[in-house]
Amino acid sequence: MTNSGKLASIKAVASRGNLPIPALLSLLIVSAFTATRSPEFLTFDNFVQISDQASVTIILVCGLTFVILMGSIDLSVQGVMASASMTTALLVGNDRNQNNWGYWSIPAGMVVGALIGLIAGLAVTRLRIPSFLVTMATWNIGLGLAYVLFGNTSQPSVKDEGMLALGLDTFLGFSKATWIALAVVLFCMWLQTRTKFGRYAYVIGGSEEIAKLSGINVKRFRALSLILSGALSGLAGSVIVAKSGIGAVQAGEGQLFLGIAAVVIGGTLLSGGRGGILHSVVGVYIMITISVAMILLDVSDFYQQIVQGSVVLLVVSSTAWRQRRPLRTVV
Amino acid sequence: MGIRVKVEDVSMSFGVVHALKGVSIEINDGEVVGLVGENGAGKSTLLKVLSGTNLPDSGHFVLNGKKEKFASVADATRAGISMVYQEQSLLPNISVAENILLGIEGEAIKFGTYSPRKVRKVAAEYLKRVNLDIDPRTRTEDLSFGTRQMIEVAKALAVAEFSGKPPVVLLDEPTSVLERKEIKVLFDVVRSIKKRTSVVFISHRLEEVLEISDRVYVMRDGEVVSEVKPNEVSVEELFALMVGRDLTQSYFREELTNVPESSNRLEVKNLSGDGFKDVTFNVKKGEIVSFLGLQDSGRENVARVIFGALPDKSGEVFLDGERYRVKNTTHAVKCGIGYIPSERKTDGVVLAMSVAENLTMSHPDKVTTLRLFNKGKMNRVVSSWIDRLGIKTPGGGTPIRSLSGGNQQKVVLAKWLMDENLRLLILDTPTRGLDVGAKTEIYAILRDLAAKGISILFLADALEEGIFMSHRVFTMKDGKISAEFLSSPGARPERTDVVERML
Repeated sequence: MTNSGKLASIKAVASRGNLPIPALLSLLIVSAFTATRSPEFLTFDNFVQISDQASVTIILVCGLTFVILMGSIDLSVQGVMASASMTTALLVGNDRNQNNWGYWSIPAGMVVGALIGLIAGLAVTRLRIPSFLVTMATWNIGLGLAYVLFGNTSQPSVKDEGMLALGLDTFLGFSKATWIALAVVLFCMWLQTRTKFGRYAYVIGGSEEIAKLSGINVKRFRALSLILSGALSGLAGSVIVAKSGIGAVQAGEGQLFLGIAAVVIGGTLLSGGRGGILHSVVGVYIMITISVAMILLDVSDFYQQIVQGSVVLLVVSSTAWRQRRPLRTVV
Repeated sequence: MGIRVKVEDVSMSFGVVHALKGVSIEINDGEVVGLVGENGAGKSTLLKVLSGTNLPDSGHFVLNGKKEKFASVADATRAGISMVYQEQSLLPNISVAENILLGIEGEAIKFGTYSPRKVRKVAAEYLKRVNLDIDPRTRTEDLSFGTRQMIEVAKALAVAEFSGKPPVVLLDEPTSVLERKEIKVLFDVVRSIKKRTSVVFISHRLEEVLEISDRVYVMRDGEVVSEVKPNEVSVEELFALMVGRDLTQSYFREELTNVPESSNRLEVKNLSGDGFKDVTFNVKKGEIVSFLGLQDSGRENVARVIFGALPDKSGEVFLDGERYRVKNTTHAVKCGIGYIPSERKTDGVVLAMSVAENLTMSHPDKVTTLRLFNKGKMNRVVSSWIDRLGIKTPGGGTPIRSLSGGNQQKVVLAKWLMDENLRLLILDTPTRGLDVGAKTEIYAILRDLAAKGISILFLADALEEGIFMSHRVFTMKDGKISAEFLSSPGARPERTDVVERML
């Protein structure tokens, strides 16, 4: 293939929107800026570090992305993570009870998440309540469940060696959590490109009306997306148990903002139909890189939130800018 | 050649409007059937009945000798009938291939897994059928409007053929949005698919209908009034069949005609914008100037640009001799310009709100005291307008959706008339969909406004209306002004002369 031919085919791929080009450019700019100020930034160790920090958020945005692609939203992330974290910590070998489920405690956390997602899915599709309200409710249900499991005693600490090793061990230099995140990303990429669920997510987000007119069971796919998002938030909560060694109601703190910000910065529109898994993964890397960069550059913790919030505002307004129009135009 | 679909005695009404009155047509195998008629004649309604979108009140279809009724779009597609929509139904954010086979993937989806390769392969065949040489993986929004229209045809073919029966493709004004070159391509496609496919074709451009159709049905006021062969009629004869009725002068309230002042209210110089170029004209104080043109003539956009609803590209506009810059609609309202859009139900009124709320929407200062809303003042203002325009409503608090179309339109008029500084009123087909009585009332109001010195830019819905209501008539064609006619009672321009400059 000639050089120009290659360029044309790269352009064609990019124009199909499969690659998050603007987000990758932003990541590059943030990285380049930090690299010039701090020599530690461009090291393998630092990349390992960033990837490990990003892993939990990456796992949950993979589910969130499908929900947002269909034009809904899932705000229950932190509630689901809390109840999944408590579930996993109380089922694996721990200091509160005699349970010893081992690794099976992780799928158990996912099942709890999936069930909370199912409640949300049914409420959104059967009762026709906006996902914004429904998932705000299931967020609290999840949190409440976590408090019930917590009870009046002490925080459960994990005793299971295998589970603790999962949180601490590395494989080929990267943490096990990073590998789990990679597996989730690959699975969701497959869902996105090779399944009816993934393809119809774009159709439903593009126009629910056209989807219905084409005989697509919109309700089913929308409910499925919320179940998937719940299950993956559950997995994220369980991974946090392995990493921290405790079950905590606060397991998911800060993840909702991080997750939605990452999805939006990656280039997935909140109105649905555009973006994808890769976009969101790059979005997470941008958010984490910014916070790591600020530590390396010795900026106070308090400024981090201001900067992260400002980045989101900047990105959202720059995408919204193109879509404003004074009056509906006649075609 | 057999009969593919027969429509028998189909009637349908929307409320009090009889859109179709006992319509019967036949569509033969491999035939292109043209359907012409004025706005509101029932063409689009008939196509929607055929495609299963509208359910008729009475009547039926005959398919393969059997009587049938369609209850949904799915029923129609099962019978092999599929519609190419006027407003495009493709999703911009997915690939061309996915769009063509959306919902009819067949073999390409097995157990929920999706084979992009198979979708591409099948879609490529349909793209070839409509003579398109594009990569089926292309994102739909990256293609030109004309190409997308052709993909709509490919999709309609795919949907119709999915039934396993010879397809019937319905085209609702596909050419109104296409360039000349694209129209030629579309016609080539229609001719090439025609061997196995029947096509029903609606267009406002009569010469196109005569060019492509094997047979033409003429519709007027919800009825089929004649059936002609293209080689037996001229465009002018076809138009005469379409328009039919001869309207008396009293209908247009010609006795109320005023003489406009000599000074210019609106001067437009070399204005260009989306869909029109180099438009120059003026409107005098108290003058009604009508613009006539087909759907893509650009007249709607001229009106929208002057009101600031669309950006201008170049040119100058003067209002009472002063430079008026096209900015936005707020600026236009401040300068004393009012605009009545053609889509009354979506753009003209807020259906969920009351008569009073709709009436005072653009000039809330008329019903406030020290910027605070004053209920007593609002009631007085609203009821005075209800009296002045004879709006038939139980009161100001009545939801506007419960009013008839004509009365809704009067509320929209009042909304602008409330501004005592109103200088120019732009009306985009204000009488569309109204009954004869309501039209006459609107005409009387317009004449009265002109007599009070307000200038009116009038985008007429029908030819007569444009000719008889105005002091001057401009015709537009392909984004340019093609002619100017003076018009006064007893000295109206000839219909055929005007039509000639529009086509």
